Amino acid sequence: MALEFTCLDLNLYLDTHPEDYRALSDFNQCAQQLAQAKKEYESLYGPLLNYGQSPSPNAWRWVEDPWPWETIF
Amino acid sequence: MWVYEKKLQYPVRVNGPNPWLAKMILTQYGEPDGELAASLKYLTQRYTMPLSQAKALLTDIGTEELAHMEIIAALVYNLIKDASLEEIKRAGLDGYFTDHDRALYFVNASGAPWTAAYIQSKGDPITDLYENMAAEEKARSTYEYLIQLSDDPDVTDTLKFLREREIVHFQRFGEALKLTYDYLERKKYFY
Repeated sequence: MALEFTCLDLNLYLDTHPEDYRALSDFNQCAQQLAQAKKEYESLYGPLLNYGQSPSPNAWRWVEDPWPWETIF
Repeated sequence: MWVYEKKLQYPVRVNGPNPWLAKMILTQYGEPDGELAASLKYLTQRYTMPLSQAKALLTDIGTEELAHMEIIAALVYNLIKDASLEEIKRAGLDGYFTDHDRALYFVNASGAPWTAAYIQSKGDPITDLYENMAAEEKARSTYEYLIQLSDDPDVTDTLKFLREREIVHFQRFGEALKLTYDYLERKKYFY
């Protein structure tokens, strides 16, 4: 969640500062870590993304509860 | 094309049922400067933005607003799902309950339903960007009133995150406005 937020905020910053190469390098580093973290999350809790953006090996886990609004933190 | 991500952007925790607070927070679902209005407005304004940076920004903030709409919905859902009818009546949500049970619906804190007349898409990029900056500030004010009203510290934590996002969006729209001014002025010179 923290990594994804970092990437999102850097993304918005880069939209108005596309030539800031230091921010771009931070973004790419963050994106790489995020991809790794999502892989680990998905192997435990099932796919995060629909429409084929996340693989679903062995079983169709997309339909599993809880949905985001039902999660107890 | 949009892809759904099965998680919240920021955690939602509540300390038990609180339909009164739900009624207040629901305003960010259905008021003129709420998350639905913001998302639809930004995504719709993209088509008449001349500058690619502004098109990207409207796409990305418009998408983030959908994630905020989901956070608001999760807050309201969790604050009313286990509320008793007695609590709902005491909170003044009996009218809402009559029409929607405990379902989510786009209304403001006074019960007025959302309408497209709330939002603007004017075609002039300068006008639209100013509109968006004002909307972000209005949403920030509403979050500050909600934070003052909130009697649930966990809910307040989530509201604080959403308030901060309004400030960042305001800043980014201001930068997009400057870029657009520069671009429109540059275009005046012909050789």
